[in-house]
Amino acid sequence: MLAKRIIACLDVRDGCVVKGVNFEGLRQAGDPAALASRYNEEGIDELVILDVTATIEGRQALASTIRAVSSQLFIPLSVGGGIRTEADAAAAVEAGADKISLNSAPLEDPSLIERLAARYGSQAVVIAIDAKRSPDGFDVFARSGRAATGRNAVDWAREAESRGAGEILLTSIDRDGTRAGFDCELTAAVSRAVNIPVIASGGAGEFEHFYDVFTSGAADAALAASIFHYAEHAVSDLKTYLHDRGIPMRIAKC
Amino acid sequence: MIALIDYGAGNLTSVRKGFAAAGGDIVSPADPDALGDASGIVVPGVGHFSATASLEGEWRDAIARLVQRGTPLLGICLGLQWLFEGSDEAPAQPGLGVLRGRCLRLPPGRKIPHVGWNVLSTRASRLLAGIPDGTYAYFTHSYAAPVSDASTAITDYGSPFASAVEQDNVYGVQFHPEKSGPAGVRILKNFVAITRKA
Repeated sequence: MLAKRIIACLDVRDGCVVKGVNFEGLRQAGDPAALASRYNEEGIDELVILDVTATIEGRQALASTIRAVSSQLFIPLSVGGGIRTEADAAAAVEAGADKISLNSAPLEDPSLIERLAARYGSQAVVIAIDAKRSPDGFDVFARSGRAATGRNAVDWAREAESRGAGEILLTSIDRDGTRAGFDCELTAAVSRAVNIPVIASGGAGEFEHFYDVFTSGAADAALAASIFHYAEHAVSDLKTYLHDRGIPMRIAKC
Repeated sequence: MIALIDYGAGNLTSVRKGFAAAGGDIVSPADPDALGDASGIVVPGVGHFSATASLEGEWRDAIARLVQRGTPLLGICLGLQWLFEGSDEAPAQPGLGVLRGRCLRLPPGRKIPHVGWNVLSTRASRLLAGIPDGTYAYFTHSYAAPVSDASTAITDYGSPFASAVEQDNVYGVQFHPEKSGPAGVRILKNFVAITRKA
């Protein structure tokens, strides 16, 4: 049976993980490759490196981060944050990214999805949607949640799919950072509207939140950052918890 | 030296890194004439079956000739599908045809593409040596090869399909060994070892 995926997100600035990390025994806590390796040992299914840098120096550090992570770990690696052009995507792919996560750029030029899907295949193109509740439904925001786009999240997900996106990474702006649980209503609305996998993001605080988003939220995968950063064995404990509650999980055999 | 055929179907960085971790010596020959010395051939690939049109002609002839001489051949993802007679994804485009049968679209009722980690039901084989039954591997595909005598692993997604194949010196995996963790690296190591014995 196809397993539901647990994805860890590393926010990286100038080559270092930005959010706090509390693992004992991790000598270089801010080193993304060391943290990625730790998650991998615990059984994470996939990694996302989210670049929160704006500088050219930071961009070069990103490429070496991607290289370091992808030479050691043999699980899918997505890279997002500031990818605006085909050249940005090419740099990430050549460094070792398996998937490119796009957020603001395709909202301005949706044909970017088609061009990247033609070049790398749909499996490499992830459309990140930041959505916020409104009286009309779920609105899409660009530029890290600062700019309203006038688009509806369900409609944009459908359009992204029709243009060749391989997956949707759906973040609830309302829940992000609250640790109050994923927005299951938003996730289910988008997941049921498209035929490509939907990754739920924003709000993970307890193991039960993952159970909820895989069941009532109809998510195919769930992404979190801080819940994994702050506790040792969180990834393996979470997967065991979900497995015991009947959610199909990859439990490593070798 | 293992020849990794770069015919433009997707980026090969991850495959190269996977073989580097598996101790394989990989080159991507610029043209079919340079294939002659290869101890093994890897046909990778993601995307649409029509992409394999780039293999028609000289590449196909050179690969078929070496396979006939006993050179081990490994198809990954689209590369596995190409080992068969063809695919409904591009009906006019023939595959290499060393394995019987055609690839079909995954059945409706679930999300397509099939993306993520799924279970291998394995039987004893050279390529899957040391891979326990029930191991998870990472998939991303919409079409799949039929179950046959050549299947060494079967995976279920709506219906069963061949997730690994093996027939004489021809091997294939529908999943991505370069993205399937330690089990995937073990499979790449097994192929490297097979090319050294052949």
